[in-house]
Amino acid sequence: MNNVIETNQLTKRFGSFTAVNSISFSVGRGEIFGFLGANGAGKTTAMRMLCGLSVPTSGTARVAGFNVYNEQEKIKKSIGYMSQKFSLYADLRVWENIRLFGGIYGIHGKRLTEKTDELLDILDLRGERNTMVASLPLGWKQKLAFSVAIIHEPAIVFLDEPTGGVDPATRRQFWELIYQASARGITAFVTTHYMDEAEYCNRVSVMVDGKIEALDAPLALRQKYGAANMNEVFHGLARKAQRSDE
Amino acid sequence: MRQLQSFIIKEFYHILRDSRTLMILLIMPIVQIMLFGYAITTDIKSTPTAVLDHSFNTETARMIEQLQASEYFELYGEVRSIDDVHLLFRQGKIRMAVIVSPTQEVQLLADATNPNEATSLVQYATAIINSSGMQPLAGVNVQLLYNPQLKGAYNFVPGIMGLLLILICAMMTSVGIVREKETGTMEVLLVSPMNPFYIVLAKATPYLLISLVNIATILLLSRYLLGVPMMGSVALVVGLALLYALVALCLGLLISTMVATQQAAMLISGIVLMLPVIMLSGMIFPIENMPWLLRVIAHIVPAKWFITAVKDVMIKGLTAAEIWHELSILTAMVLGLAAFSVKRFKIRL
Repeated sequence: MNNVIETNQLTKRFGSFTAVNSISFSVGRGEIFGFLGANGAGKTTAMRMLCGLSVPTSGTARVAGFNVYNEQEKIKKSIGYMSQKFSLYADLRVWENIRLFGGIYGIHGKRLTEKTDELLDILDLRGERNTMVASLPLGWKQKLAFSVAIIHEPAIVFLDEPTGGVDPATRRQFWELIYQASARGITAFVTTHYMDEAEYCNRVSVMVDGKIEALDAPLALRQKYGAANMNEVFHGLARKAQRSDE
Repeated sequence: MRQLQSFIIKEFYHILRDSRTLMILLIMPIVQIMLFGYAITTDIKSTPTAVLDHSFNTETARMIEQLQASEYFELYGEVRSIDDVHLLFRQGKIRMAVIVSPTQEVQLLADATNPNEATSLVQYATAIINSSGMQPLAGVNVQLLYNPQLKGAYNFVPGIMGLLLILICAMMTSVGIVREKETGTMEVLLVSPMNPFYIVLAKATPYLLISLVNIATILLLSRYLLGVPMMGSVALVVGLALLYALVALCLGLLISTMVATQQAAMLISGIVLMLPVIMLSGMIFPIENMPWLLRVIAHIVPAKWFITAVKDVMIKGLTAAEIWHELSILTAMVLGLAAFSVKRFKIRL
């Protein structure tokens, strides 16, 4: 299996409103895939379907080899998820958070201890083991949240605007973690508002009004639309939108 | 199971680390029992009472002695005429008067500016006068069953249980779940392989435990401090309280599916749940006297059934078989609410 996400004419309607309109794309193993789109373009709905939280109206999709219609539980075991909203418990210590999410994903005992040490080493957080997460700086929190999201070595990690509100230097460090994960074969499916981050992706798709308007490597997109950077590409495409912001 | 276990541990951390809330939850029953038992008590003690005796015989004298001996009345000096009695009423020096005619007919006058108090006073006095061997007042022999001393505690102890369990189970559970929505951790949990039912179960466990501690506190204080008897089975009362706590937990879950912020959850639990417990459960105002619409609403307030059943068991000593009506209604409420709110909880996700 080379592609970890494959969708074919995936569609979601709410009444007469078509939130996601027949999108087809695939994402390879270890790929860093940027999923762009203005607010209301249908990104969140598409992502919810891929995470097994919402059943599509029509079309097909397989995530980590599992069908989004009837294998949601298997999908949930094979993916990690992190959102812009901080996703750890602030009133738990660093190691308690790691143990909790390890427990949720079925990692216990010795393996959990090893995993915890390894994770704290990579993040250089060994000394903060017993610190309450609330008192960590935001950048560290986000890095910790990412590492916890991939604690079970999922096939894919979904990152919903993971670097919102983080300063550029920390964002760079955060992306290094994504690269490391990708090198281990973990696919990163990223939505972002920062167009400089779009440049870091292997491939980028741009959603407009529920459809995928463009999908290619950042360099290829810039050449195709004769743009100097991804920002111009994105705004050129998003300007066509008929829908207003949600 | 391991999943559930690590999640329950986490819930205990949340509660134990918020020590202020925990203290409030554990101390609240003690404060409420003290308040209702000693401060905002509707029990009447040492009411200044005048006696105007025209009969001058030993039976009347004995009756007056018994009035004096009871804790409810405090005799007010000597009164010589009915005019004096009215003057004392107007001056607010007495709230009750007992007038005995030369033919030993007894008349009771009570200051009804506070109607509830006046009614109670007349009841107390009637009971005492009847037991003193005088002719029964108005030819009616009154016997007060189950609570002959008319102690308010018999009524408010079940009421406090009804109030606190809703407060802790419904409010705390709904706030706990909504907090996860607000902070964004709920999203992460939903995308995880964690069964949503486990999330709810883990949230409810610590509050159920705290409720048990509270039930024990209330029962012990009411038995040994306020002297409320436990005529029926303690196990049955605890069982009833747990059943009611489950209703409250389901209500809390339901609220959490309807609101987006912790403040809203608190407000809804406060107004939509607490108010009916206070106003419509029969704890303070008798349900029979309400207009039919409120009576109908009172019937869907779980506290009404709980309080009725607890009173029946604690004070009248009824058995499980005799309160099957209340038990089955509460059970039906648990099942219905659980099914509905778990379904809603899942859909919203």
